[in-house]
Amino acid sequence: MKALKQSTIISNLETAPGAYVLSFPRSFAFVPGQVIGIAMKPDEKPRLYSIASGNQEALVRILYTVKPGGKLTPGLARLQAGDVIYTSEPFGGFICGAEKAVWVATGTGIAPFASMFYSGLSVNKVLIHGNRFASGLYFLDDFLQVMGNRYVPSCTREAVEGIYHGRVLKYLSELEQLDPLVKYYLCGSAEMVVDVRDLLIERGVPFENVVAEIFF
Amino acid sequence: MEEKRDVLFGKTLKQLEEVVKKLGLPRFTAAQIADWLYKKEVTSIEEMSNLSRDARGKLAARFDVGLSGPAKVQVSVDGTKKYLFRALNGKFIETAYIPERKRHTLCVSSQVGCKMGCLFCFTAKQGFQGNLSAGEILNQIRSLPESDLLTNIVYMGMGEPFDNLDGVMQSLEILTADFGFAMSPKRITVSTIGIVPAMKVFLEQSTCHLAVSLHSPFEEERRRLMPIEHVYSLNDVLEAIRSFPLGKQRRISFEYIVFKDLNHSPKHVKELARILNGIRCRINLLRFHPVPGTPLNAPDEETLVTFKTALESKGLVTTIRKSRGQDIYAACGLLSTKEQQPG
Repeated sequence: MKALKQSTIISNLETAPGAYVLSFPRSFAFVPGQVIGIAMKPDEKPRLYSIASGNQEALVRILYTVKPGGKLTPGLARLQAGDVIYTSEPFGGFICGAEKAVWVATGTGIAPFASMFYSGLSVNKVLIHGNRFASGLYFLDDFLQVMGNRYVPSCTREAVEGIYHGRVLKYLSELEQLDPLVKYYLCGSAEMVVDVRDLLIERGVPFENVVAEIFF
Repeated sequence: MEEKRDVLFGKTLKQLEEVVKKLGLPRFTAAQIADWLYKKEVTSIEEMSNLSRDARGKLAARFDVGLSGPAKVQVSVDGTKKYLFRALNGKFIETAYIPERKRHTLCVSSQVGCKMGCLFCFTAKQGFQGNLSAGEILNQIRSLPESDLLTNIVYMGMGEPFDNLDGVMQSLEILTADFGFAMSPKRITVSTIGIVPAMKVFLEQSTCHLAVSLHSPFEEERRRLMPIEHVYSLNDVLEAIRSFPLGKQRRISFEYIVFKDLNHSPKHVKELARILNGIRCRINLLRFHPVPGTPLNAPDEETLVTFKTALESKGLVTTIRKSRGQDIYAACGLLSTKEQQPG
């Protein structure tokens, strides 16, 4: 990885308990789905985060949750507008084009899909996003407004009207048909990715149509 | 609330020096403790008999040695043993002891579960629970009944070693340092799926051997087998290896699981020869052992031999790794997953 570049924070807002959206000016081109490394010091080992903003937006947004005892996020959450962070160039190949596809995410695994969404790639897509609580359904209003019923929010720990109650795995398993000809993009906890991938394969989706992202 | 007790086993000499400094003990006590922990193999602070009673008391008030034996073992008809050690949240980690005539290899875990989600791996199905500390990694070696017989250590058990770089590097330091186990780094191999920044740190700071999980020379195909390809491509991995002066002693090997009708065609041979050109390495072919829920199948013996011969005809040093312990859930993650399922 090349030397990290300094960026000045524009905002760092707590969007849900323990979850933050950090933004800074975009000074690079990227492909939706790519990641960048973020560090608080220029010589620190950067942590990887998926970009959550569109590729034409002026600001880059990063969605993160604070990991108690973590090396980066507790400090990152204390930063304010005007403070600086250090970022790598974008990289990575978790990329989806304009073709029909199903996006499945849990938690902050929504970030690469948010980037694709804000880059105008949601037209032929179904987005299924799960979290424990409704407050963790980041960008819900935007998804609902544009995607309508192609957006399926789900919660495991609370029952909320209009939101599927249960795991994304359960939602998928209850669908009568899963189109084997489209690609399924998965991003979230390792457990979810593996469980959903197993389910898809069991239901006849060829494994070459299952595209999984690592969630560091 | 009771203060959580720290453990001594797994601390480097420098860390032990910090411990004794905090306790107001002479600096040389650190080397004495290291000697007891890593060479004399004590299991309690009380046994550290050349430490003063006062020093032992101060240590025992704050620390445990931190060793714990295996919770379970399964023995294969071929002599391979798979040990389960208790880890976080009621989970288990696996350690495989593989005896041969002259070599006794131990395959250690570096994480509880794994984040990497490889399609062919059963550990991935447990999700990720956490990193093992250096002490927990080394405990698999020290607390093994066959500990004294070991000739080789391979970091190829559960977890991705370079996703736990701190714990793995610390354990390697203790394994190879004079104050520690004083093992030759040539007897130790760390296997990775290719987390490039951490791999570079390993190449720079350690002289142990490196094994890279390859499994396909084609980006799209490898991506479907190993999601890491999205983040760090094989091309990046090979570029990092090429840019590093490896010397004559250090070995780079590429692990290649052969799947039926998937990754052993002449096209694969040609591409492997192309991408590995100029890297002094060897390829280890492994026969895939199907795990529940994967769409992949095992190749027959003839396929393996044909593929090996084809690779060798291109000048690539290739071996076929003998399958061991097939009767005891030998594939990584199978036994520990079975153990934590309700009975």
